[in-house]
Amino acid sequence: MSHIEVKGLTKVFGNHPKQGVEMAREGMSKDQILAETGQVLAVNDVSFDVERGEMFIVMGLSGSGKSTVIRMLNRLIEPTDGTVDLDGERVSEMSMAHLRDVRAKKMSMVFQHFALFPHRTVGENAAYGLKIQGVDESERRDRAQAALDRVGLSGWFDRHPGEMSGGMKQRVGIARGLATDADILLMDEPFSALDPLIRRDMQDLLLELQGELSRTIVFITHDLNEAMRIGDRIVVMKDGAVVQIGTGEQIIHDPANQYVKDFVADVDRSRVLTAALAMHEPSATFHPDATPTEVMEHLDRSERNGAYVVDHDHRIVGVARDTEMATAISQQAPTIADHLINAYATASPNTLLDDLSAIAAQHTVSIAVIDDEGHLLGTVPRPALLRALAGEERFARQGGGGTTAATDASTTTREVPA
Amino acid sequence: MNVLAQSVPEIPLGDWVDSGVTWIKANMSGLLDGISAVLEFLVDGLTSVLLWPPTLITIVLFALIAWLIYSWRFAVATLLGLLLIDSMQMWEPSMETLGLVLVAAVIAIAIAIPIGIWASRNPIVSTVVRPILDFMQTMPGFVYLVPVVIFFGIGVVPGVFATIIFALPPGVRLTELAIRGVDEETVEAGTAFGATPREILWGIQLPLGLPTIMAGVNQVIMLALSMAVIAGLVGGGGLGQEVVQSIARIDIGQGFEAGLAVVILAIYLDRITGAIGQPTGNGLWTKLRGRAGGSSDTPVDAPAEESEDRQPVATA
Repeated sequence: MSHIEVKGLTKVFGNHPKQGVEMAREGMSKDQILAETGQVLAVNDVSFDVERGEMFIVMGLSGSGKSTVIRMLNRLIEPTDGTVDLDGERVSEMSMAHLRDVRAKKMSMVFQHFALFPHRTVGENAAYGLKIQGVDESERRDRAQAALDRVGLSGWFDRHPGEMSGGMKQRVGIARGLATDADILLMDEPFSALDPLIRRDMQDLLLELQGELSRTIVFITHDLNEAMRIGDRIVVMKDGAVVQIGTGEQIIHDPANQYVKDFVADVDRSRVLTAALAMHEPSATFHPDATPTEVMEHLDRSERNGAYVVDHDHRIVGVARDTEMATAISQQAPTIADHLINAYATASPNTLLDDLSAIAAQHTVSIAVIDDEGHLLGTVPRPALLRALAGEERFARQGGGGTTAATDASTTTREVPA
Repeated sequence: MNVLAQSVPEIPLGDWVDSGVTWIKANMSGLLDGISAVLEFLVDGLTSVLLWPPTLITIVLFALIAWLIYSWRFAVATLLGLLLIDSMQMWEPSMETLGLVLVAAVIAIAIAIPIGIWASRNPIVSTVVRPILDFMQTMPGFVYLVPVVIFFGIGVVPGVFATIIFALPPGVRLTELAIRGVDEETVEAGTAFGATPREILWGIQLPLGLPTIMAGVNQVIMLALSMAVIAGLVGGGGLGQEVVQSIARIDIGQGFEAGLAVVILAIYLDRITGAIGQPTGNGLWTKLRGRAGGSSDTPVDAPAEESEDRQPVATA
């Protein structure tokens, strides 16, 4: 059982909502229903599950119905059809008293324009949910203060929201959401009204809080970069319906249709895609007992300046570079073991391409992708990295399948010796 | 032409109202007498309270209120204005009018605010109430002065009653507007944290709508004052009576003096009620509270906050 289960959630605004639902079930579009009946199909048959501790993003442009969806989770807007289950309890069938209890204790909310109470102090704002629950004054104060401490507003308890900047106000909004210790935090475009620098700051704050508290967060945004940056999973909505649900990487990598494809076109791919995606199998690796001549022949043939040398467990021992190999040949060394260098960079399969691009050109050999035990999984040559960032996922994915002469030939040597 | 003129049958609306008034007078005299007694008691009581202390002391008290709520400059103006009223021999009628206005305004507000709240939450009530308010506000005051005199006879009571009816509409309208005007997301925030409709009304909508509601209260008082003068026609006493007398005697001087007293009262009431809704910050009360309660009312330097907020980004 998931933490939140949403099934067939539908909302029609108008005088005859049920009629609108029927027409939607018959497959009529939002525009057709509006033209024929004047009913507005805001949300159409939306289903998803949210797991405990997950950061679940609902993403769409304005008018996609995302704000209506989040408001149906706590019934600020009554669903026309469909169900919302919270730990197996059906929210849509709760009595008002029960619902109020759930809102007060299990689900809190953060709003786009902060929705603070200007006539109350910052502390009273943070304590609002507790006051509604009837928590006594001193406990209220302690818990609100703790929540304000968490969001970095320790000294602001007795001030008024009117004295604060936008970013600080939203910190109060988040503190108000945290103070009740609700399992679920509904966030309705919480950072959209903030300027970009502050927004990034707030995303970091949220990620940090989430690391400490692991609440279940349903987060609305129209900003794909934001969704990719903080989300565990993302649901993309259009015209009130779900277009795709998946991780950020899945959505960028494998868009469900042209709409999603266009949507992700200008996302900053380097912050979403990982090394695993751009990784190749190394063109050739050598053991330390290989002869220098053997290695040199390979480097010559593949127009490379160096190759990885691994032990029998496939752990990296070092790098055989052309200059050292030449020395080894002139000294008539039997193996390359004494002529290796340690100039190489490693990354894990989960490293973001953004982080790789900074180190891509620093070494003779491509970046090594290794697992937790240090086994060499593959390498990321600079061209593969750039092509993945440019949007050629297919190449990147198939590139892992093996190295052909053609690929090698295209790898022009621009490497700078370490 | 003749056919056209006769095509709409005459509706005896006037007759119906006439017989309705007669019926109420005949069958509900107990209720009317009760209302009459209560209103008379309230107005007379308040007027005698206002007239009980020596005039100078009352004037100083009014000036103190002005200082407390508005500013010391306005307190000085109040002092001069009220002394002028006294020197014109208009003190007693002025206090009678003030008594009538305050009683009528308090009753009108007590009726208007709940109706306004109700209308803000219920579209049907809102639709029904609106034309009634239009009627009350635009029907010439003299027109309902007449039936009111039939109900209550000549004196202070018909004046109060007519004043209540005339002054009530802006109270309802601005209360409805005030509550509807509270930011929707803020109300949603209350709901989202599990507040009941009552908690949202008292904790969010009324406090946030207060400036607009007070603008309504201010309007009610100003309209009450203008109607209270007309009430002089039916024996309401006070400044209205002075005005009516001056018209009857063509006494330009007395009329001007009475009119000036009305203006002084109006400005005083307007500034005081206006300042309650939106404090000027110059009043003694806010200053004293500001000093005692620390910095809660002092604005903070905005640029300083901004940089504080950005700091983590800069260092990151």
